[in-house]
Parts: sequence; structure tokens; C-alpha cells
Amino acid sequence: MAESLPSTEVPLIADLTPDVSDERLAGVRVGVVTFPGTLDDRDAARAVRIAGGTPVPLWYKDSDLQSVDAVIIPGGFSYGDYLRAGSIAAKAPMMREVHRAATADGTSGSAPLPVLGICNGFQILTEMHLLPGSMIKNDHLKFVCTDQRLRVENTETPWTAELDRGGEIVVPLKNQDGQYVADARTLRQLEEENRVVFRYVGGNPNGSRQDIAGVTNERGNVVGLMPHPEHAVEPGFGPSSSGTEEVAMRYGSDGLRLFTSLLRQIVAA
Amino acid sequence: MPRIIVDVMPKPEILDPQGKAIARELPHIGLSSFTEVRQGKRFELTVEGEVTERHLEEARRAGEELLSNPVIEDVVNVSVAED
Repeated sequence: MAESLPSTEVPLIADLTPDVSDERLAGVRVGVVTFPGTLDDRDAARAVRIAGGTPVPLWYKDSDLQSVDAVIIPGGFSYGDYLRAGSIAAKAPMMREVHRAATADGTSGSAPLPVLGICNGFQILTEMHLLPGSMIKNDHLKFVCTDQRLRVENTETPWTAELDRGGEIVVPLKNQDGQYVADARTLRQLEEENRVVFRYVGGNPNGSRQDIAGVTNERGNVVGLMPHPEHAVEPGFGPSSSGTEEVAMRYGSDGLRLFTSLLRQIVAA
Repeated sequence: MPRIIVDVMPKPEILDPQGKAIARELPHIGLSSFTEVRQGKRFELTVEGEVTERHLEEARRAGEELLSNPVIEDVVNVSVAED
């Protein structure tokens, strides 16, 4: 099966063949943007593939979205976090296209482009003002790397439609600038409009306001979160716990449901 | 070469974890006069020739559009460097 992989994905240990391949899901093309300093683009692409979709690598300097059905802005340290995390990547040509597609009116009946920003991707989306608020240094000033329990607060986005509202998931969290901040008015608005998508459970790991781990925009097509669902998609390589059941060591794969959710939402649309 | 200084500070209502860490460290080197420390950023933009009003206007735009994030920071000063 290694020979069936695209050149962008070097086969590692795991077998990426879905249990039952679904041609309709495989037809969903999900772009993954790479910047200088991006780390998790290949993991995000693997997550899309394991979920049954087709990942499409997008280069930050290009301006062609290649007709993708959705876009993931992955984690890492774009431009070495210079100036502010995500601030320089936010101005890249590809992000202008992402902004345009994510805020499109959809006059032809098509919905605006679903976008998921993970960690540095979330920071980039806030720097583009596609999502409200911003991230500053963790309140304790240390880098955090842990398996983090989250409560799902909003299941009206394409990325969370198949999760259980009020249910929990466990995915890795690893960052230094993870403290979510926004002014009081914005925070109140986020709560009133049910735009907090994920909240930290079992202790706030970084001082984020109101335990916010992820938010969405007004229309619900753009979601950003600091924790990493793409690192919890494959039994044997994930966290050692799950939000729903006991799992064997490293068998947590709660993050996969974000990607399967997106693919099936697009197929159903 | 003349330079334009742009100073950016975290908004007063935003906690500044780095400033706090610095404030905690100062007494350890024998400096106990300071009740609070806030850490900002200083940018030096060099121009050719004399600094004109257009240069200052561009520096202000740079401050608003790239050097600061209005959600968490304020541009508190745009001025010509005194050498």
C-alpha cells in the first residue's frame, strides 16, 4: 500500500488504508497549508486520509486554492513566532485566498469554505481577524505538552457536527502561547451566541479566559482551537485516554471525529 | 540614516505574563522599588533622507496593520528618533 501514497506523504509505520473505503468521502478534497516553520501539516494530511478524504498540500506563497472543499491551517511555529505567533503568516498570499473563500457570500447557493485552524493555525486565524480574540503567552510562561480533556460546546459547525454536544474528547495540547484572551464584550458575545466550540476540562492549562480552547466565527464555518485533534486519529499513536471510554495505552483517537465529521458534512451538503 | 520609532504595549486590561515574571525577578537582583513591570516592543524603521509626513503616516499604518495586534496591543508612540 505504500506505493499508493502520494509523494507528499512518506509511509511510516501505520497502515493508512481506511477499513471501508468510501468513494464519496475520498472525493472530498481538504487543503492543508504549509508555511515556513509549519510542523503539523503532514499529521493534518494523515488525519484527513485516515478519515477517508483526500488531503491537498497548499503552499503559502501560492494563490490557488485548487478547488478544495475545506482548508486546515496546521500547527507549528510559522516564521518562528516572530513578531507575534501567526502574525506574518496571516499576510501570506494563500491566506488572502482563504479569507476570501471563508467569507464568501455563497450567492450560488454554496456555503462559505470550512476552515479549521489548529494551534498556530488558530493564532493565524485570529491575526487575520477571521476569529475573535488572540493568544498570549501561557500564564505560567512554560511550554505545555499534555493530553488534554475538552468539552464540546457547539456541534453546529461542519467540524463538530458529529460530536456530542456536552460530551468530552481527549487530544494533545502543546504550546507556549496558548492563553486565549479577548475583551469582556467579545467574551460575552461569544457565550451568548454559543460560539465557544471547545472548553478545557479538568483544570485550565494556560489561563485562557473562561477556559476557552476553541471558538468559531458568526457563520460557524471557521473553527480554531489550540489543542491538536490531528494527533489523536490513530490507535497506537494517540493519547492514552478518551472522552468516552477506557482505551489502551496510546489508543485514544477522539480527534478523528472532527475530520470524519467534516467529510460527511461536505458529502451530505 | 534617520529612524522612526514605533512603540507597542500590551493593552492595560491584558495581563502581561512576561512583565510579571520580570517583576518577580527584580528583587532577586536587589531592586525592590518597582511595583509593576509591563513589557512592550520598540521598532526602529529607517528611511532614506529626511523623515517626511508620508514616512510618519506609513509608520503609523505599519504600527496598526502589522507591528501591533489591536486585540491585545496599542501603538503608544510613533516619533522620529533623536540621535
